[in-house]
Amino acid sequence: MALCEGKTFKYSNASILSYASVVGKAESDGPFGDEFDEVIEDNKGGAQTWEQAEALFQQKALGHAMDKAALIPAKMDLVLAGDLLNQCTGSSYGLKDYYIPFLGIYGACSSFAEGLLLAGAMVNAGYVENAAAVTSSHYSSAERQFRFPLNYGGVRTPTAQWTATAAGAAIVSSVPKAPYIRAATIGKIQDMGIKDLNNMGAAMAGAAYDTISRHFRHMGTHPESYDLIITGDLGQVGSEMLYELFRRDGVSIEKWHKDCGLMIFDREKQDVHAGGSGCGCSASIMCAHFLKRVESGDLKRILFCATGALMSPTMVQQGGSIPGIAHAVEITSK
Amino acid sequence: MNISNQEYGELAKRHSPPSSMYKTIPMAFVIGGGICTLGEALLNLYEYLGMGKTNAGALTSMTLIFLSALFTGLKLYDRLAQCGGAGTLVPITGFANAMVSPALDFKSEGFVLGLGAKMFSIAGPVIVYGISASVLYGIIYYIVILFMGGL
Repeated sequence: MALCEGKTFKYSNASILSYASVVGKAESDGPFGDEFDEVIEDNKGGAQTWEQAEALFQQKALGHAMDKAALIPAKMDLVLAGDLLNQCTGSSYGLKDYYIPFLGIYGACSSFAEGLLLAGAMVNAGYVENAAAVTSSHYSSAERQFRFPLNYGGVRTPTAQWTATAAGAAIVSSVPKAPYIRAATIGKIQDMGIKDLNNMGAAMAGAAYDTISRHFRHMGTHPESYDLIITGDLGQVGSEMLYELFRRDGVSIEKWHKDCGLMIFDREKQDVHAGGSGCGCSASIMCAHFLKRVESGDLKRILFCATGALMSPTMVQQGGSIPGIAHAVEITSK
Repeated sequence: MNISNQEYGELAKRHSPPSSMYKTIPMAFVIGGGICTLGEALLNLYEYLGMGKTNAGALTSMTLIFLSALFTGLKLYDRLAQCGGAGTLVPITGFANAMVSPALDFKSEGFVLGLGAKMFSIAGPVIVYGISASVLYGIIYYIVILFMGGL
């Protein structure tokens, strides 16, 4: 069976009008601590439960992004939002009070790129004027749902990643201004047969390789064409695997590659093993750091490829493997 | 993808660092041994205070369980466990931690469907298979005694 190549969409009329990030304490202690818009020191922000806290993170992230663009909820046409919790709890409870037309999305940790490319497509097509992409993750709510209770003394393996307590929001509009969304490639589900719940980087590296190399082919580009190629949360294991997958094609991407999962925490000082993860990880690092640098012109052309492990605890318990996905969004300063 | 799942699995294995056993095993020995030494000390103390061996043993277990529950609530036991590994998991304190941590976490879903139901989510299998094994052992013991007489 011939493999489907898919398509890379090109956008002519989609800009990121504003963006904002909200993070927890551990993330603010990381290398980008002073670049986030708000830090919620106790990771709960006055909420009663972790799930309510995650909802609050999303609500605040979108609130900050709207403030920065001087927009009120009534001027927003669409919000695309996702998180890691069942039923996208963080999104639906966090954004309900804004009364903005809402589409919930799920691509695990790739959701922010999914939201951005969909928001860009809706704006570029002229269906909406202002569309937001919002995602979040919360260490405590994710641990509770996917792993063990917070105070359980289970030991993490060296390949395990630490879910970031963070949210990011970006508002896409047709007002021409940097950063511009120029192109996007939708990822295909790649099941590479990885079954280890504690090795998400390995489960996602194949998907990142597939999407990035298809994006290169369709755009006629190569790693040197970009200032940076930014993956979501491959972590140490996934990043190394990505390099090796590209090396098999005779392509070297190490020099241009950054991984948000390897950036959000200080891996020397913070005990996060293979790095950070979660939909909030790439969303907050993009919104706090990279989009700023594209807007200022410091970075001219970047490829943002958020990666997600489409992991179902039930399927894994039944002996199934963990499929991965990655979506790529090309962002430029001109 | 131009790579088979088997090749990919090998690639993943090559890039996944294993646990550094030269560090984890001695740490488990020291911390696990420390907990057991504390147990011995308590046992000796209770016996010294005039309790019989059976009562002293029971009280030692109760003390260790209490301490583990307390340290779990203070968010210290899981930190100790990050260094101690199986050394904190195997002693009775690990079992207490496995009961108390879900109880604390799922209190937010209520006392019945949250705390009550989820309390056994980690320790439950240990109880099920522990009791099953003891029943099986009892049957085997009974049969052996039946045929071989009271040895």
